Amino acid sequence: MTRADDVPEWRRLSTRMLVIHPVQALIQSVPALAGLLIAGTTSGNGPLWGALGAAAAVVLGLLRWFTTRYRISPEQVQVRRGLLRRRVVSVPRDRIRTVDVTAPPMHRLLGLARVSVGTGRSDRGRSDELRLDALAAPVAAELRDELLHRRPAARTGEVVAAAEAPAGPPTGTELARLSPRWIGYGPFTLSGLVTVGVVAAFLSRLVNEFHVDPTKYGATREVTDRVLHTPVPILVLEVLVVLVVLAAVAGTAGYVLAFWNFRLSRLPGGTLHITRGLITTRAVTLEERRLRGVELSEPMLLRAVRGARCIAIATGLRVGRGAERGGSLLLPSAPRAEAHRVAVAVLGRPAPFTVPLTPHGPRARRRRYTRALWPCLVVVAALALLWLLVGLPGWVPQASVVLLVLAALVATDRYRSLGHALVDGTLVTGRGSLVRRRCALPTDGIIGWTVRRSFFQRRAGLATLTATTAGGEQRYPVQDIALDDATALADAAIPGLLTPFLETAAGPVRSTVEA
Amino acid sequence: MCHRCGVSDEAVQAVRLRAPRHRVSRRAIGYWTVRAGLGWLVLLAAQIVALVLGWSWLRDWWTVTVPVTVLLAAVHLIVMPQWRYRVHRWEVTTEAVYTQAGWFNQERRIAPVSRIQTVDTDRGPFEQVFRLSNVTVTTASAAGPLRIDGLDRETADQLVEQLTADTQAERGDAT
Repeated sequence: MTRADDVPEWRRLSTRMLVIHPVQALIQSVPALAGLLIAGTTSGNGPLWGALGAAAAVVLGLLRWFTTRYRISPEQVQVRRGLLRRRVVSVPRDRIRTVDVTAPPMHRLLGLARVSVGTGRSDRGRSDELRLDALAAPVAAELRDELLHRRPAARTGEVVAAAEAPAGPPTGTELARLSPRWIGYGPFTLSGLVTVGVVAAFLSRLVNEFHVDPTKYGATREVTDRVLHTPVPILVLEVLVVLVVLAAVAGTAGYVLAFWNFRLSRLPGGTLHITRGLITTRAVTLEERRLRGVELSEPMLLRAVRGARCIAIATGLRVGRGAERGGSLLLPSAPRAEAHRVAVAVLGRPAPFTVPLTPHGPRARRRRYTRALWPCLVVVAALALLWLLVGLPGWVPQASVVLLVLAALVATDRYRSLGHALVDGTLVTGRGSLVRRRCALPTDGIIGWTVRRSFFQRRAGLATLTATTAGGEQRYPVQDIALDDATALADAAIPGLLTPFLETAAGPVRSTVEA
Repeated sequence: MCHRCGVSDEAVQAVRLRAPRHRVSRRAIGYWTVRAGLGWLVLLAAQIVALVLGWSWLRDWWTVTVPVTVLLAAVHLIVMPQWRYRVHRWEVTTEAVYTQAGWFNQERRIAPVSRIQTVDTDRGPFEQVFRLSNVTVTTASAAGPLRIDGLDRETADQLVEQLTADTQAERGDAT
């Protein structure tokens, strides 16, 4: 840092970004611009503002290129940006946990790739993320190797190999590769439904911008007429069928787009390397020493077809719903056996994913039912009250009884997946029904315990023991375990930590309630 | 019974996690009462303002809502601070920080001193009035910072000093 002025010089992003920024800005304002061209001068200033916005976006994009510089010194990576407010983001190189190289379609056409450097703090907000948008693909691949393997990056042979794909050199042991048959799992992801929603929103916005009246044109008028004259139950059924089909198609398309050429491999330098994507290619490299565990997740739909996904619990990456975007996905929806195999291979110990979990007993089971049924009972009671007082149609409260049945089924299933184990120095937690998860956390990654007891848990002698960790969701709960078992489990997982606070039954046991 | 934990049933039966040793300052009771009381006052004030402005639905119902609010507030303000005072406890050894907090729902948190990242203390306006201070200990996990509420100032300062000294001895980035 002392010699920072002379040794590494500030570098600019790729000049080809000067093409991408204007084009991107234009594409984003297509609806507004189209409105301007077609609707002409008719109504309002909306399209005009759209055009102005587009122009501003172009200028801002160009400015961003001119004001952004980066440099890599032996100690740190620095990015300088901003025109009026100069800002320098510095990341010490030994804090770099992941490097994510993404190439959206336009970047790919021009041979560019975007590099995001993940540090441990990036899972608490995006503000301190270090992002270079964009570098020439070979430079990006080189940078990734340099940052993660800490070796000088001037090997020309590799650069040529990397130039073909920002994915990087395909060396190392392959742990998994997409099989075309897995695409069959695509329809069983909820992302399809989300896509349908997004497309619908986009269409409705387009309709608004163009001032289209759906009753004006032949085809759409036919549809609207039919819709208006169909009996309600049949209409509901039709809409449902259409939605399901659309969601399935969108889910499959999304799966192919995101995970085509998916490949997970272990590189010799102690990193996991994930490449994927049909149009936008993405390569995530993750240091294995940042791995704090592995999660096997089975969303309900996927579980119905015996599929599962595999997610890394790592510092510097997001998990859960954002797994796909955050880059912690180790395996997309695939056969359960395959997810199992990958989880074991990544974690390097088989027992956590094969051991039967210790169930939490009848009191935990009863709590599953009460927690699932009470809210439903309240809803049913409220509807019944409305039926009595306001004259709500009688079939509504009657139909709502179905809720209770569903709740009971979910509760049964939730209890079935509930459990814990401690094997091979790994804490295993199982929970959930809508998304069933089994998380395996090697105990040396656990940095604390939380024992939570609600009023009702205390009455049932239960507790929720949560292992906190620096990776993934940060908290991994063992739900509704008997209090004594929670103590024993925590004590066995991290020997010594609890010892000064433990007491035998013979000693004065001060409970929190009696005090 | 935890068959797969590598702990014998006997040990499971015999060993319990006791509460942390130290209570917080008695003045914390006053602090919690005032803090909660303000929340109730806001609710009550909102109803009175609405009544003055003459919102019709409230005109018919204020004879119910206002007494109910007052009653709930009274029960909450009498029960909660006392209950909290009995629950809130803390203990710090050279190895670990251990806290217990809550009232209706209670929580115990334990973190090894070796994994501590920051130790903060701050005093809100009400805490200053009651000469109290709180200490927050964070680890690399975004989940579960350990917070000790309602310590008297001297204890808090001592605690921060001790924890800072202990954590400085540790190396590594504690993740």
